[in-house]
Amino acid sequence: MLKAKIFVQLKPSVLDPQGKAVTNSLHNLGFDKVLQTRISKYIEINFDSDDREDVSRQTTKICDSLLANPNTETYHFELEEIKS
Amino acid sequence: MKVRVITFPGSNCDHDAFEVFSERGHETRMIWHKDHSLEDPDLVILPGGFSYGDYLRCGALARFSPIVTEVISFAQKGGLVMGICNGFQVLTETGLLPGALMMNSTLRFICSHQYLRVESSNSPFTFKINPGSILDIPIAHKEGNFFIDPDGLKSLQDNDQILFRYCNHDGIVSAKTNPNGSIDSIAGIVNRSRNVLGMMPHPERSATDSVCSQDGKQIFSALERYFTGSA
Repeated sequence: MLKAKIFVQLKPSVLDPQGKAVTNSLHNLGFDKVLQTRISKYIEINFDSDDREDVSRQTTKICDSLLANPNTETYHFELEEIKS
Repeated sequence: MKVRVITFPGSNCDHDAFEVFSERGHETRMIWHKDHSLEDPDLVILPGGFSYGDYLRCGALARFSPIVTEVISFAQKGGLVMGICNGFQVLTETGLLPGALMMNSTLRFICSHQYLRVESSNSPFTFKINPGSILDIPIAHKEGNFFIDPDGLKSLQDNDQILFRYCNHDGIVSAKTNPNGSIDSIAGIVNRSRNVLGMMPHPERSATDSVCSQDGKQIFSALERYFTGSA
């Protein structure tokens, strides 16, 4: 079986107010070397398949059709074998 | 008009919209999101609320409800569609409207009265409302910060697609009068063919005699004028 580990991130050109708020909090905590924080989504999907090529194709389709909004987000993923 | 109000799991302004249109004498029906027929509408309302709990992204899951396929095909044939708040978010997810609605720059849910400036009367939704008119229409959202890339924004501006901008009571549009960080202070837009409207403010919450602002009535009257004129 395969697990897709998917990261959905805001495009660099899109302002991330949550990330900004976290940066401010980190500065308040004394982490003054923190330059920037970006909040992303991490999604795991388990597939009942060992065919990496097919799972990769399906994951791309899943990201394009639902998980990421092409207006504001980009995504990347990696596949990992899992023992059933 | 035959008005159809869609209910998604998590919609919470569907009854408000239903009441306003019924009170104004329109043949209004509620349509469940799993239905497959819009029952011959003149106008479809995608109401406010939290469809599917706003899971993943606001509007992202509602976009795949069976009835939305019908809404898309109705809109593509020129049918009038109005998305309010969460309905606006659903419309951007379907691609019927460009852009996306991001979290408010304040990171807060905002529930308050808000002045809007009508920017164009060239739409069924603002038909014969004088551009520059100022409407007091409430907002209630956390994800109302409209975002679009620079080319998309230019296209909205060049094609007169921005119908409403956030302003103050004098009609001044500035960063100070922008409640949520929305690009170019955009509160509502139409598509290129001008039959699909998305707006974050809630005209249905300011259109009955029992509430203090009734400026939402202007938008419903505009629709009625347009419909009577074109029928």
